[in-house]
Amino acid sequence: MSSTPRTSPEVGGMGHSIRRKEDPRFLRGQGQYVDDVVLPGMVYMDIVRSPFAHAKIRRIDTSAALKVPGVLAVITGETLAQYKLHWMPTLMSDTQMVLPTEKVMYQAQEVAAVIATSRYTAADGVAAVEVDYDPLPVVVDPFKALEPGAPVLRTDKPDKKDNRIFHWETGDRAATDRAIKEAAAVVRQRIYIPRIHVASIETCGCVASFNKTDGKLTVWMTTQAPHAIRTVFALVAGHVGLSEERIRIISPDIGGGFGGKVPVYPGYVIAVAASVVTGLPVKWIEDRMENLQADSFARDYHMDAELAADASGRITALRIKTVADHGYADAAANPSKFPAGLFSVCTGSYDIKNAFVEVDGVYTNKPPGGIAYRCSFRVTEAAHAIERMTDMLAQELKVDAAEFRLKNFIAADKFPYRSALGWEYDSGNYEGALKKAMDQIGYAALRQEQAEKRARGELMGIGISSFTEIVGAGPSKHFDILGIKMFDSCELRVHPTGKVLARFGTKSQGQGHETTYAQIIAEELGIPAAHIQVEEGDTDTAPYGLGTYASRSTPVAGAATAIAARKVRDKARKIAAHLLEVSEDDLVWEPGKFSVKGAPAKSKTIQEIALAAYTNHPPGMEAGLEAVNYYDPPNLTFPFGSYICVVDLDRGTGEVKIRRFVAIDDCGNIINPMIVQGQVHGGLTMGMAPALLEEISYDESGNVQGGSFMDYLVPTAVETPKWETGHTVTPSPHHPLGAKGVGESATVGAPPAIANAVVDALAHLGVRHIDIPITPEKVWRILKEKGVAE
Amino acid sequence: MARHTVQLTVNGAPRSAEVESRLLLVHLLRDEFRLTGTHIGCDTTHCGACTVLLDGVPVKSCTVLAVQADGRQVQTVEGLARDGALHPIQEGFMQEHGLQCGFCTPGMMLTGAALLERTKSPGEDEIRRAISGNLCRCTGYVNIVKAVQHAAAKMR
Repeated sequence: MSSTPRTSPEVGGMGHSIRRKEDPRFLRGQGQYVDDVVLPGMVYMDIVRSPFAHAKIRRIDTSAALKVPGVLAVITGETLAQYKLHWMPTLMSDTQMVLPTEKVMYQAQEVAAVIATSRYTAADGVAAVEVDYDPLPVVVDPFKALEPGAPVLRTDKPDKKDNRIFHWETGDRAATDRAIKEAAAVVRQRIYIPRIHVASIETCGCVASFNKTDGKLTVWMTTQAPHAIRTVFALVAGHVGLSEERIRIISPDIGGGFGGKVPVYPGYVIAVAASVVTGLPVKWIEDRMENLQADSFARDYHMDAELAADASGRITALRIKTVADHGYADAAANPSKFPAGLFSVCTGSYDIKNAFVEVDGVYTNKPPGGIAYRCSFRVTEAAHAIERMTDMLAQELKVDAAEFRLKNFIAADKFPYRSALGWEYDSGNYEGALKKAMDQIGYAALRQEQAEKRARGELMGIGISSFTEIVGAGPSKHFDILGIKMFDSCELRVHPTGKVLARFGTKSQGQGHETTYAQIIAEELGIPAAHIQVEEGDTDTAPYGLGTYASRSTPVAGAATAIAARKVRDKARKIAAHLLEVSEDDLVWEPGKFSVKGAPAKSKTIQEIALAAYTNHPPGMEAGLEAVNYYDPPNLTFPFGSYICVVDLDRGTGEVKIRRFVAIDDCGNIINPMIVQGQVHGGLTMGMAPALLEEISYDESGNVQGGSFMDYLVPTAVETPKWETGHTVTPSPHHPLGAKGVGESATVGAPPAIANAVVDALAHLGVRHIDIPITPEKVWRILKEKGVAE
Repeated sequence: MARHTVQLTVNGAPRSAEVESRLLLVHLLRDEFRLTGTHIGCDTTHCGACTVLLDGVPVKSCTVLAVQADGRQVQTVEGLARDGALHPIQEGFMQEHGLQCGFCTPGMMLTGAALLERTKSPGEDEIRRAISGNLCRCTGYVNIVKAVQHAAAKMR
């Protein structure tokens, strides 16, 4: 899109950095988050959790808890088993416990729930519940979990004889094996991407309110996908009378999601059961430690990667074998045909003819998950593998990392491009983005500075990442969750006075949908964004959609918005023709009005047309001006970017200091440049976090390390560098607005840029790879080993 | 459990309540006074979502007992705007896109406002240090720094 917007600033269509429509309520402390919901007679729930990672439950004694003044009930697995609600399906068609009846499978697992008249008495009740456990052997290492003779964890599945959840593979194994065998150069590396947690500043929670009179259940909950959740609830609890038309899910303001608010957690289900049993509204808000220790994690991928090149320095083959630690249940949120998500985008931005990947999903005694951390379906893992390996191969061939990339990129004239693993990349100009990043940061001068510093013994590194994202899931032919196709929706009504109410199947968690969707409608109809009310998150009013995650809102619901608005415009044209007494073909559209060809003074504004739609519509036409679209994308979109990071290492402490970081993103046509930049800033920070700081690990007994903000290090303003951003624009050819989605690009692209920079700073000492997070301790140990620590 | 009467000034208005000894200030504000702009993001005084000003100084109200606020002045996000007009720090966050999900924003703005009471022209490093007890997961802080600078310019 040209840099000049088509609409005026007052209309505020695409390309305008209009200020956000949702901000005033947040700035005044008037947001409505789930913990702000208070209902008459509401009671509180708190959860008893397991101290053991694997143990039989011998006895749960609730008698002391029930004597605590204010405690109303204690719910255990036995309570739920009476209603067959003690197990539930995951979004991956696996099963997970709501509350256990026999054994616990991870530390911090839910064991019982206390219902009480206040938060404080509920906590008193939790402290008074006594549970006797018999510890069982703990399996924390996924490789050991796959060994013959390992304890089989899922004893609830009678025919399960090992801990393998799935084996998935794609690509041409034989051709890839051959290409690697015949290659002039091959690099091999085990790359581990540890468990991390999205740690949205708002934790998860809900208020469940079952009305015994009309049998209707209303649940305010922290969910990114309210419609899908309603259907899951109906499937889980249909047999006890909760029928889908009597379930209302309201997703209020959400304090950050990033993928962590897609799954159904046991707490939600227990709160619903508690409300059904007591007839009272039940509030459950988890605390931070529960959030970090029990909610779905991300990553935990062990990747054995190999990348090969021919004698001319062209990449010829990629092979990756991955062991994926899913914890005790496969509770990821991938499309059902993709147990390893979209990991097969791992050929990245390079023209690689041969590729083969395989992934084994494994059960261990850890919390379930495998969800995203601000990325779509394992794309960060894929990008980290290919970008690390590309650097390693350049290092092996003694070629500059930028030069090596420019030589191996998919050329701009090869799009649409079919990757070796089957994806059709819609559009791209990788060379353009990298060259822009190199210009903006002054690449050549930095390499010179690095050489000078190296001669003086100073450790400076420059790292590049030229990633390709894959978002906008997805086309109904391949993409569904629990069978529900991954379309999304917009329902658009123009009122008689020309104002608009628009509702969506998605749910913003901070992305600014109330603003950007309004801008799309403003672009298409010429109605000022200020006159457009955007609503999401209430399943009683909004059209069905799969929700907001995996950067799918703009590619899917954004497209639905454009199509719905165009349907409205088509009807408006008929009404305008009627009002102006000309044929439809004689009308010309410009944002906000139809005028008669050759007689521009004869025109009707969209507001005049809207009024006529209710007061003076043509005979034979239905009154009103509204439309709905359920958009089924023809393909995914492939945003991309090139990032360059400069680091200085402290030889005394091992600290990595990011001196500069330039991010050039290409997300196609841009709806609101200010919001896109904000998304990139946030994404970069959530890329830096796992690269340098964040990790959740477990000791051999399955005790969580990193289970509170004491030791799970979310970046503050002090560690976070001053991001420098820019963009190129390569529109998506198949999206109605040419847009691609951007929320997660930076989280995907940033970690390898940082890791590559640190390795580059140490490359002359023979260092080839460091696993993230690259902590001061890890760097210091390397400095010590290489004899350069101060 | 013992109960106490606390009397305090919240956003300029006198308030009182009967509280348990253990009641946290954040719950007094949110649950008793229904000032829900103050949020809770952790239990360990790290995230700063619950930041309020106690006698003008930013504190994390999840680790202050309600009884400790007896006789003192508390300011919350609801007290920032005057006569309907936004405080310069609120203007700054709006104009510089300093917020996304809005959950950390009240605490972040109060910390920023307290900084600007102490110093008229804080440098970038000074702002970053001042807000280092307030975690934001959405913005990457760049625009929060700009928002505080925006407010500083407006207040000078």
